[in-house]
Amino acid sequence: MMRRILTRLANPQLLALVGVLLVNWLLFPNFFRITWQDGRLFGSLIDVLNRGAPVAILAIGMVGVIATKGVDLSVGAVMAMAGAVAATMVVAGYPAPVAVAAALAVGLVCGLWNGFLVAVLDIQPIVATLVLMVAGRGIAQLITEGFIVTFTDPLLIFIGTGSFLGLPMAAVIALVLMILVTLLVRRTAIGLFIEAVGVNRAAASLAGIRSRMLLFLVYGLSGLCAAVAGLIVAGDIRGADANNAGLWLELDAILAVVIGGTSLLGGRFSVPLAVVGALIIQAMNTGILVSGFPPEFNLIVKAALIFLVLIIQSPLASRIVPVRTSAREARS
Amino acid sequence: MSIITKLALAAGLVTALSSGALAQDLTGKVIGFSQIGSESGWRAAETSVTKLQAEERGIDLKFADAQQKQENQIKAIRGFIAQGVDAILIAPVVATGWDDVLTEAKEAEIPVILLDRGIDAPEDLYLTSVASDQVLEGRVAGEWLVNEVAGEECNVVELQGTVGSSPAINRKQGFEEGIASAANITITQSQTGDFTRSKGKEVMEAFLKSSNGGADICAVYAHNDDMAVGAIQAIKDAGLKPGEDILVVSIDAVPDIFTAIAAGEANATVELTPNMAGPAFDALAAYWANGTEPEKFIITESKLYTAADDPAGEYERRKGLGY
Repeated sequence: MMRRILTRLANPQLLALVGVLLVNWLLFPNFFRITWQDGRLFGSLIDVLNRGAPVAILAIGMVGVIATKGVDLSVGAVMAMAGAVAATMVVAGYPAPVAVAAALAVGLVCGLWNGFLVAVLDIQPIVATLVLMVAGRGIAQLITEGFIVTFTDPLLIFIGTGSFLGLPMAAVIALVLMILVTLLVRRTAIGLFIEAVGVNRAAASLAGIRSRMLLFLVYGLSGLCAAVAGLIVAGDIRGADANNAGLWLELDAILAVVIGGTSLLGGRFSVPLAVVGALIIQAMNTGILVSGFPPEFNLIVKAALIFLVLIIQSPLASRIVPVRTSAREARS
Repeated sequence: MSIITKLALAAGLVTALSSGALAQDLTGKVIGFSQIGSESGWRAAETSVTKLQAEERGIDLKFADAQQKQENQIKAIRGFIAQGVDAILIAPVVATGWDDVLTEAKEAEIPVILLDRGIDAPEDLYLTSVASDQVLEGRVAGEWLVNEVAGEECNVVELQGTVGSSPAINRKQGFEEGIASAANITITQSQTGDFTRSKGKEVMEAFLKSSNGGADICAVYAHNDDMAVGAIQAIKDAGLKPGEDILVVSIDAVPDIFTAIAAGEANATVELTPNMAGPAFDALAAYWANGTEPEKFIITESKLYTAADDPAGEYERRKGLGY
């Protein structure tokens, strides 16, 4: 049992995360120092969890989509829309729970729209979701009329900056979502169906899987996750910034899923490892910020590290050093 | 908010901005304005202030939004030439590729004035250009800090704009010039916050961790107000008082920073005025009245605002301008 857990932990993603954290520690000796501040944990490691949460949540939704051989480019724009809807509604005087529910509904509807384009109209996912990626940000800007809509609503601010048992609320939400979605796909047959559709949709349909329903489900979930992430980033700055909220985060989410070992060609996937992928990306970002490098190096350092992580999990590397690279074995 | 209230509020600012020099009457003149788009709050404010300035002078302003595309701007300028407008204002989206269309305007004897940004074209193709001095903005912020700390040791952290953008480069340079004379002030950390609130907050969080929980930071200098607003929240989350424990100085003078200054959470901001059109109209009026050639580069004022400059009132005056 113990041995099983140990071998499971010895996968390239977790090794990469530990590696990045150790490099951060070498660059900045206080990296692991955590103190108690105003009823919450305070430290760089907590920042990694807190700042990594939006991309982790996007990745939780994205991983199912990518497993069906799709991709959802619209999540960044959906984040902006969800934030814009929630912020304008509380400013207009609606109760916060209604605003949150409306934002989540917007995310779900956006996801189902993508699902409709992909499942019913058979448009290629990258094109289908590109529509909403472009239009969604425009809609968000229309909702906010181009302003940054600031609010003081305690519930929305709590979602973005609150804490639960000392942990940032954003990280708690990501953790809960990760557990729920993992249970959903691994304690039922849904995960297997998703993989079957990803490997060969026609064959899966012939085998009796309702692939259309399944595509609606994964895109709907992705939209819903994007709305949650949108609420978090809006609550974080106490305002909905339609121009910048979630900008380019869809690419970070896709990268997190890929670092998590899920193939863009569909099939096998792992929700927890996608979250680990998001944490690797954020650990790098935070590391760059605390290390004191000039900002001109940010992107180069990030690219080099990602390249390294991808090499570690490439088939070639796994042949040289026999560590477990497959997400298939990692799932329970 | 309805358009009427916005305009009414904005009229207050315009009166404030144009006080001093009395606006000349240009009734009956038709002027085309090719705006880049509305990518930022400042841009939206520039558009509404331009419209108000035109209205005040009785100018018939033809407005064209290029939606960030040069081809749309060129189309709009050709349209203005065909309509036979009296003058053309352009806020150019890029620096190159203007020679042909500006030559056409010159042949039609329509004066062209560039707003806010310069271009790479022969100077005789346009009458003048009105822009802010971004280096000066940084220098004003730096000099404010030198006076404020009055010789005490001060470690500054800097939130830069988008890497490689001209405001980021110039505002960084200007600030360094401003504090060059003060050996007591040093920039200890400098990172990019991409001009956004969320990145400003994230970077400030990291700075606070790597500076002994913020105890080693005396001031934060942000290349725009939005990043400063984010940084203020990060400072509060770390259990410190922004404006007291850590001084906050930034550039742009958008409405939200005045709320922070009024609350004592930010200390100073340097205005990037959205009123680029006012000086342009004044230059045109002088040019038409007696043929005075204006200077080739008109530099707008970089005014410093602190808690002493009625921040609550400034907020009220600006909030309807579309920032």
